Amino acid sequence: MESFIWYIPLLPLAGAIINGLFGRVLKEKAGIIASLAVLGSFVLSVKAFLLVRQGITFDGNLFDWIVAGDFHTSFGVLVDPLSVVMMLIVTGVGFLIHVYSNGYMHDDPGIARYFAYLNLFIFSMLMLVMGNNLLLLYLGWEGVGLCSYLLIGFWYQKPSAAKAGLKAFITNRVGDFGFAIGIFIIFKTIGTIYYAQIFEQTEALLASGVLTAATLLLFVGAVGKSAQFPLYVWLPDAMEGPTPVSALIHAATMVTAGVYMVARFSPLFSLSEVAMAVVVAIGTFTALFAATMALVNNDIKRVLAYSTISQLGYMFIGVGVGAYAAGIFHLMTHAFFKALLFLGAGSVMHALANETNIQKMGGLYPKIKTTAITFIVAWLAISGIPPLSGFFSKDEILAKAFAYHPLVWALGTLGALLTAFYMSRLVFLTFFGKSRVEPEVEHHIHESPPVMTIPLMILAVLAAIGGFVGIPEVLGGHNHFEKFLAPVFEQAEEHIHLAHPSHAVEYALMGTSILMALAGIVLAYLMYIKGSISPVKMAQRFQGLYRLLYNKYYVDEIYQKFIINPLIAFSRWLWHFVDEGIVDGLVNLAGRLMILFGLLLRRVQTGYVQNYAAFFVLGTLILLAYYLLS
Amino acid sequence: MEMASLLNYTTFLPLLGAVILLMIPRTEEVLIKSWAFFVTLATFLLSLPLFYYFDGSQSGMQFETIKSWIPSIGASYHVGLDGISILLYVLTTFIMPLAILSSWTAIQSRVKEYMLAMLILETGMLGVFISLDLLLFYIFWETMLIPMYLLIGVWGGPRRIYAAVKFVLYTMVGSVLMLVAILYLYFLHHNFTGTYTFDLLKINAIDIPFGLQFWLFLAFALAFAIKVPMFPFHTWLPDAHVEAPTAGSVILAGILLKMGTYGFLRFNLPLFPEASVYFAPLFLVLAVIGILYGAWISMVQRDVKKLVAYSSVSHLGFVMLGLFAFTVQSMQGGLIQMINHGLSTGALFLAVGMIYERRHTREISEFGGITRVMPVFATLFLIVCLSSLGLPGTNGFVGEFLILVGSFQTVPTFAVLATVGIIFAAVYLLWMFRRVMFGPLTRDENKKLVDLNGREIATLLPIILFIFWIGFYPKTFLNKTEATIARLAETMNTAKAELQQEKSSPYFKYFVWKSDDR
Repeated sequence: MESFIWYIPLLPLAGAIINGLFGRVLKEKAGIIASLAVLGSFVLSVKAFLLVRQGITFDGNLFDWIVAGDFHTSFGVLVDPLSVVMMLIVTGVGFLIHVYSNGYMHDDPGIARYFAYLNLFIFSMLMLVMGNNLLLLYLGWEGVGLCSYLLIGFWYQKPSAAKAGLKAFITNRVGDFGFAIGIFIIFKTIGTIYYAQIFEQTEALLASGVLTAATLLLFVGAVGKSAQFPLYVWLPDAMEGPTPVSALIHAATMVTAGVYMVARFSPLFSLSEVAMAVVVAIGTFTALFAATMALVNNDIKRVLAYSTISQLGYMFIGVGVGAYAAGIFHLMTHAFFKALLFLGAGSVMHALANETNIQKMGGLYPKIKTTAITFIVAWLAISGIPPLSGFFSKDEILAKAFAYHPLVWALGTLGALLTAFYMSRLVFLTFFGKSRVEPEVEHHIHESPPVMTIPLMILAVLAAIGGFVGIPEVLGGHNHFEKFLAPVFEQAEEHIHLAHPSHAVEYALMGTSILMALAGIVLAYLMYIKGSISPVKMAQRFQGLYRLLYNKYYVDEIYQKFIINPLIAFSRWLWHFVDEGIVDGLVNLAGRLMILFGLLLRRVQTGYVQNYAAFFVLGTLILLAYYLLS
Repeated sequence: MEMASLLNYTTFLPLLGAVILLMIPRTEEVLIKSWAFFVTLATFLLSLPLFYYFDGSQSGMQFETIKSWIPSIGASYHVGLDGISILLYVLTTFIMPLAILSSWTAIQSRVKEYMLAMLILETGMLGVFISLDLLLFYIFWETMLIPMYLLIGVWGGPRRIYAAVKFVLYTMVGSVLMLVAILYLYFLHHNFTGTYTFDLLKINAIDIPFGLQFWLFLAFALAFAIKVPMFPFHTWLPDAHVEAPTAGSVILAGILLKMGTYGFLRFNLPLFPEASVYFAPLFLVLAVIGILYGAWISMVQRDVKKLVAYSSVSHLGFVMLGLFAFTVQSMQGGLIQMINHGLSTGALFLAVGMIYERRHTREISEFGGITRVMPVFATLFLIVCLSSLGLPGTNGFVGEFLILVGSFQTVPTFAVLATVGIIFAAVYLLWMFRRVMFGPLTRDENKKLVDLNGREIATLLPIILFIFWIGFYPKTFLNKTEATIARLAETMNTAKAELQQEKSSPYFKYFVWKSDDR
């Protein structure tokens, strides 16, 4: 593989620099430059993909980055099946979202700044997935975090947006703390941070007993970046950013970085049952936990945000049980349908003067048909209705989860029911039923321009048929996707011992999850279309539970009260009492004592000759006494 | 040989410039400022060949000059550069023109005296970094105090006298003990060899017994710990920074504080290696306390400048952690982090100065939404904040990462605790940034603010260039320090082994105040 690889990340970087420096002149042309840069990366990624498919991989360094003693890291990339899949998703979905943004952000005065950040994001994300060593992963990791911070707070004059950006950055830094220590441990134990060399020395890590700690610490980073419990709190607030940003960063790409990390480090994770179990446990819990919060939320974007957290949980179940390819498969299909859902939500907001409350929507289907139809495709895909993409990927994970432990499967399937329900609720309240739109907004409703709807249509096609690359053998497919990725996970597979369920069991599992999806949809239908079950009455009947869910389990409040406030109070005490009071107090005391001492000595300087004579005599007497007595 | 004389010319050029400045009438303010800027810029340009031709693969002194100075007492004019001083030397020449630019309109009174102080200060600082004779070093070290005292005391804020006196007295207390130790070393060398000399390299050659190292280390360490400043000797710093004019803060943070950490590298570690190993746990504890304590106190500051001042305590804690972890990575990281702190914190002070000059306040609550009226400033300020909080791709990351990954090799617990500090660095900087720069623009005074002018942009841009240069290609700079640090790391490793041996002797027991399992 040749030098063209380097252009894949460098094109968006160049776009970011051009838009950053000359944005004021370029104005909305910035969008064209940015989109073309990403398109270029996408085309080159396809070229790379074709080479990888022939079995050619690439692992090479451009230049040294940090070198000190025996520590060595460089700007180097690894292009193998796993990274090329990620590259295609990042640049492909990224390009569509860039195009869409040209329409969505058209009238924003900060459009050039927006595209500069967006291109910078693509660059960082590509560094993250293409890097051939841990430190470059870390560079991309914090780089995408920065772009996320900048884009969440894009409308910085809104206090809530500025706060949300800060929250995202800091929560992620907590995760990165673990990530960094994971790197330290790996370097200390085997003296390298290059993937290829690490994977050659997995046994050394195992033998020195730090493997579980190292993998779990890396996973702490993943928990932050991929918004898993307990560090997920930043993602719902991240919806303050422009909607295409939510689609790109907070659904399709950045938040999946944690899944990529676990998959990339599969040779390490697979060696530690404890680490794998933790990944599964966090994933399962988050999948369910986040889904419950999506049930009652009324903000179209926040419902999707909780849904993303929940779906990321599924991906972690996949990579945690050792079904790495299935996890990445779901990552890909999720990128299609979730990006589509967010862009669709953006199109709805576009039509409704930025309304996000689904209680103030309804009956939009005939008015914005393209948006509605594409949204419906994505809804069915995420709900797991065959033969749409989400069905195959989610089922693959659940089947493997069953082999790992039936309980994981049961909880995952319960989550699927919830998913189908809250997504149906969202669709029904938005597009169907009677219109609850504010009258002054009502007559402005219009479909978005083609620059926005065409990306929706392309994504809808992908969300519909994207699953066909991974049809399992039990359904007569060949699972091309898994086979393509197989070389990457070869090393890990040796340590994964998942039983193969019989075809009968697999059919039964599949049937169950389809039934669950249908049940969720029907229940939502009865509640929100037919009205035979009143949501209001339900809320009253289970008031305690409803409140708990509606207030997101009070997690933000708990963090505020038990972590943030005490820390600030402690810091104030440290400042006023310890620093100003004690530490500086002692310094000033020393100064004052000197002055006091000086004042005392000054008394001696009376100016009377008699006094000096008396001192003189006294001194002589003492000296005499000393010599005579000794 | 010619490089050696270039080093001398460069060092004394500012002093020469100051002498010529005396001849310019005090009413010609523009000429005075331009002259001072020209002299410092010329000094910087002259220092570039020194950097370029410095051979990083050699561990010894380069560009040395040894001239007899006061032969009767064995004092000589011995100067030179090695991997420890080269970067700090060039940092000094780099920061000075920027500091002068930043004073262009901020200093309204006694411009001539101000520029004189700046130029004399520069020679003083450069002298400190090149002196290889203890007496010469001490003279430069003390010389430097006076112009800084004047900068704070004459051109400072409302409590300037208190701050200036505190700064000078505090530093003096430490220096006096250092002078005693220097004299002790002077006589010790005579006892060992029969000749009197202040020459550092000669004194370095004698093998000082541990019992003496113990006390000499402490005497030097106190002087440097105050200068760094390490917790709990740091309280002069917030006062000095808050009262000092912008350029004073830039120089104070950028260069003067580095003299403390430089002192440890130049004197404590090589002269008293075993004592350094022995005291390392104490210094590691203080370093980590400094990191967290500084970060937490920064977080709750109401005055932006004080926030940056306390953040220095935190950043310098990282440097000290790196130095006392004794690995190649951690010490190289510590050294590069000194440069980074000089650049990033210097730039932070410049940025704070820019809004202070416009609004005459630094209270965070007085601001909000400034990005709207000052977009260029917002971008540059954000880059500086990101570099200060150690975002990968900026200089701050390279230093912090090397320090942490290096210290994790030998002292993992301290490294982990220090890593907590990087979370809080993001908190205090970005929280401040949010309150100052984001949100609605509510105050009328702020609505009229004008964005940076050309001079101000020119002050910040060179620093930003280096923020990214070191961030993406630190090799240019790490290369220069490589061999020197590698040799020092070796010295420290030998010392560890020797200390282990000495511990078994009964004599040692007198000095053991705490069991040490390192």
